[in-house]
Amino acid sequence: MEITKEMVAYVAELSRLKLSDEEAETARKGLGEIIGYMDVLNNIDTEDVEPMSHAFAVKNVMRDDVVRPSHDRAELLANAPKADDEAIIVPRTVE
Amino acid sequence: MAWETVMGLEVHVELATKSKIFCSCTTEFGGEPNTHCCPVCTGMPGTLPVVNRQVVNYAMKAGIALNCDITRYNKFDRKNYFYPDLPKAYQISQLYLPICRNGRVPIETESGLKKDIRIHEIHMEEDAGKLIHDEFNDETKCDYNRCGVPLIEIVSEPDFRSAEEVIAYLTKLKSTLEYLGVSDCKMQEGSMRADVNLSVRQAGAEEFGTRTEMKNLNSFKAIAKAINFEAKRQIDVIERGGKVIQETRRWDDNKDKSYAMRSKENAQDYRYFPEPDLPPIEIDDQWYNSVKDSLPELAEAKKQRYISELGLPEYDANMITGQKALADFFEETTALCGNPKEVSNWIMGELMRKLGDEGIEAKDMKLTPKALSTLIGLVEKKTINRNKAKEIFAIAFNEDLDVEKYVKDNNLEQVSDEGLVLEIVKNVIAANSKAVDDYNSGNKKAIGFLMGQCMKELKGKGNPGVVNKLLNQELNK
Amino acid sequence: MNITEMTALELGAKIKSGEIKAPDAARAVLDEIKKKDPYYSGGINAYIVTLENEAIKRAEEVQAMIDAGELEDSPLAGVPIAIKDNICTKGVKTTCASKILGDFKSPYNATVIEKLNAAGAVIIGKLNMDEFAMGSTGETSFYGETKNPWNHERVTGGSSSGAAAAVAACEAPCALGSDTGGSIRQPASFCGVTGMKPTYGAVSRYGLIAYASSLDQIGPIAKDAADCAAILDIICGKDEMDGTSLDVEHKSYLDSLSGDVSGLKIGIPGQCFGDGLNADVKAAVLGVAETLKSKGAETEEFDMPLIDYAVPTYYIIAAAEASSNLSRFDGVKYGFRADGFEDLTDLYMKTRSEGFGEEVKRRIMLGTFALSTGYYDAYYKKALQVKALIKKAFDEAYEKYDIILFPAAPTTAPKMGESLSDPLKMYLSDIYTVSVNLAGLPGISVPCGFDKDGMPIGAQLVGAPLGDSVILNAAFAYQQLTDHHKKPAEKFGKEVE
Repeated sequence: MEITKEMVAYVAELSRLKLSDEEAETARKGLGEIIGYMDVLNNIDTEDVEPMSHAFAVKNVMRDDVVRPSHDRAELLANAPKADDEAIIVPRTVE
Repeated sequence: MAWETVMGLEVHVELATKSKIFCSCTTEFGGEPNTHCCPVCTGMPGTLPVVNRQVVNYAMKAGIALNCDITRYNKFDRKNYFYPDLPKAYQISQLYLPICRNGRVPIETESGLKKDIRIHEIHMEEDAGKLIHDEFNDETKCDYNRCGVPLIEIVSEPDFRSAEEVIAYLTKLKSTLEYLGVSDCKMQEGSMRADVNLSVRQAGAEEFGTRTEMKNLNSFKAIAKAINFEAKRQIDVIERGGKVIQETRRWDDNKDKSYAMRSKENAQDYRYFPEPDLPPIEIDDQWYNSVKDSLPELAEAKKQRYISELGLPEYDANMITGQKALADFFEETTALCGNPKEVSNWIMGELMRKLGDEGIEAKDMKLTPKALSTLIGLVEKKTINRNKAKEIFAIAFNEDLDVEKYVKDNNLEQVSDEGLVLEIVKNVIAANSKAVDDYNSGNKKAIGFLMGQCMKELKGKGNPGVVNKLLNQELNK
Repeated sequence: MNITEMTALELGAKIKSGEIKAPDAARAVLDEIKKKDPYYSGGINAYIVTLENEAIKRAEEVQAMIDAGELEDSPLAGVPIAIKDNICTKGVKTTCASKILGDFKSPYNATVIEKLNAAGAVIIGKLNMDEFAMGSTGETSFYGETKNPWNHERVTGGSSSGAAAAVAACEAPCALGSDTGGSIRQPASFCGVTGMKPTYGAVSRYGLIAYASSLDQIGPIAKDAADCAAILDIICGKDEMDGTSLDVEHKSYLDSLSGDVSGLKIGIPGQCFGDGLNADVKAAVLGVAETLKSKGAETEEFDMPLIDYAVPTYYIIAAAEASSNLSRFDGVKYGFRADGFEDLTDLYMKTRSEGFGEEVKRRIMLGTFALSTGYYDAYYKKALQVKALIKKAFDEAYEKYDIILFPAAPTTAPKMGESLSDPLKMYLSDIYTVSVNLAGLPGISVPCGFDKDGMPIGAQLVGAPLGDSVILNAAFAYQQLTDHHKKPAEKFGKEVE
């Protein structure tokens, strides 16, 4: 299928990627070629085939409702590009 | 032109599990920021979720109690969006196969209208974190303590036509979930949150109008106000020839107004897909039945039992079973003193009045079943009289009071000693000759005054029966 | 024999017998790395980080335990092992070979790392890879491409480029890689080493930074099948931190190696040996069937037409999951954050645009597209349906065969720089490996010969679900009869005797 400039812009926006005009055009062509190739799947009749997300029929893997000690806060925050000693900090979000 | 308001509700309820839905961190409310967290709930790379079984049990309980079909094969899905309160940048939820569907909640409004509200679905999901805004530095801090707290979202069909119906429904939901013990449903702490989808149309029209979604509704009062505001706003817009815009609006309880939330600049497309990290959940008959059998007696059944077995008036039974805490209090107190009617009278009278005056819920009061049952016992044995009991009740309402000790320490036992009372009666008669003359000349009301004087001398502790008997005896001598 | 030339089990036995001390083994490997690896002096560039001090300290601790009579049942106690850099190691850089992870140091250990530690293995460093395991050549790493020890001009394959190259170049006795669509088996074949992707769920994924969660699996890369079995014995097993890990009883993989293949039924899918397969590769891989036949195995050709649809199915599913898995890299919680942003959205956009490489961005966009409103049914759902059909086709084949024989790749290692310019062509080269991940099967790549340029060729033995010991034993039997896996890598490997 044909991938339009608008579709690339939409997908980039959803992916939180910023593309220059040139990159967008390269992406449009590249994605178009790849997605065009993906369309071969339409040759297969999948009517009545249940989509399979897990290859094995594993089910009901659950844990008991037991509290364990939480992790050291300083360690959890240590990798943050910006944090004080109790939380990660981001530019102010708007409602 | 007659307008009709059409509403559907999305109610988020935090489940009262001990640990989070996908990790073993505590769900306890509060705590220093980011101290109830681990690599899993803070979205560290490489971590994986594992489902807390109790979340599934609780969701199933809620579903069964709300007359839903339980989806025997259900799955989790990912809902993808970027926001700093969601460290994985996706919320694990259920879209394609939610655990409960097709429920029904019978409601009765204040004005007596009875109807069924249909439940579209109930799904399980994880809560997001809390963002703390620092206006001074123009920054936001991310507290992930709430990340991964289990939620159920109860989605109704658009069956509501008035704020009154919405309140009746929420009251019923809250009561039911409290009875089940699956949530504490505290709106103030955010453990129960309702979003209202609202549209208006001309009465009799088939098609729905364009709807808006209202968020940030923190109390029943706010919900009622917000509904009335929004219905009016939409009608105004249409009557002026405008069009209602589909949008999310935020209710400002201080200003009694709702505002369109700045429509996110970014496209909303959540790209749901099956969560590959979680195997599906299959509920067999044994599991289903064990949950079904564990359901406690709910409000409706309790009410019928109170009426037929305990002889409570329907109105009283209805009020008491309306809140689980009240019903629990009633049952525990009755178990201690064996006098359901008396307990019910105290609840319907003194307790309701106190709760109303103080503006608190039964589950937050200090009054203990022991205190009230002791009071009832002391009145019954005539150790204290009813007025004294009410005074003591007022104290016991606010603190954990040892009633018996209090009565003793403060010398409040009722005086039934005839010799002592007779002495007082004689003194009163001697000191109030005018009243005695009035009585003797036929003014029977004067006895009330004399009675009051006796009680005053007895510091209010006199056994009214004994005082009355001896006073009559002396006056008629 | 030089320490670095030994297999992991040989080295482990000598450490156990006291002939070699664990710290000396660690030093020998670290010296080899120093000699051969540095990127800027034209080295292999298999490592992103080496853990010199930590490894020697750990080796001393392990030696003390061995001296105290502990770790008796652990054949790899004291043996150095290198770890692909998408597996979390506490307190040590874990980068996925991406700029966006910056200097990320994991606050926890992956389950496999805990298990290796308990078994007395000594972690020697973190290995280069294609960025976020996306790539078939090792060239998408932010830390530079890894060179094929057999020939500098050739790629190593990917994405476990560093793992395959380090083992081939004797810069590590063994390694852990990860395999989402061939990322262990294909580089193992390009570098002439043995690499295994276990059954999906056999090894815990907790701590493996996800590319495509339903397909990712950690597995060993080593000099031979016996080493792979010994490593798998350590890292496999049900993990309460991974809901998709399997709870199955099985005998020790190492102890199950009998070399007996009599009566083993090997299926050969005709479609996989037709056009597009290099003639040298075809001959060498079919030679594996002949060799095993000489020991009593039976072979039969069969039809598996759905194989042709495995690549598009795989890329839709993998990209879709990746688009979600990689959303958490946003400049907020860890790693790189871009400068000069205007607001939160701009922070996300700039960080992700500058932090991810081209191939990763391509797959994120592809996956986002496949999941977006209006396209979900036509692409993602369709792919899950075809996946179900492919799984069914394998299930049917395993009613007849114990093992299916595939090439690991259509060619030997291509030249550097040839593949990235044409992503679709690169994707298509994964034709023989991706279906195995879609069906969750175990697969092992074994060296089975060389092409006319002297580059190694790998054959892939694929088993039924949980047939890990079956393929390990077949590979073991094959390696008892052949010595392709013992040939030294010409450029940097063992000295030619």
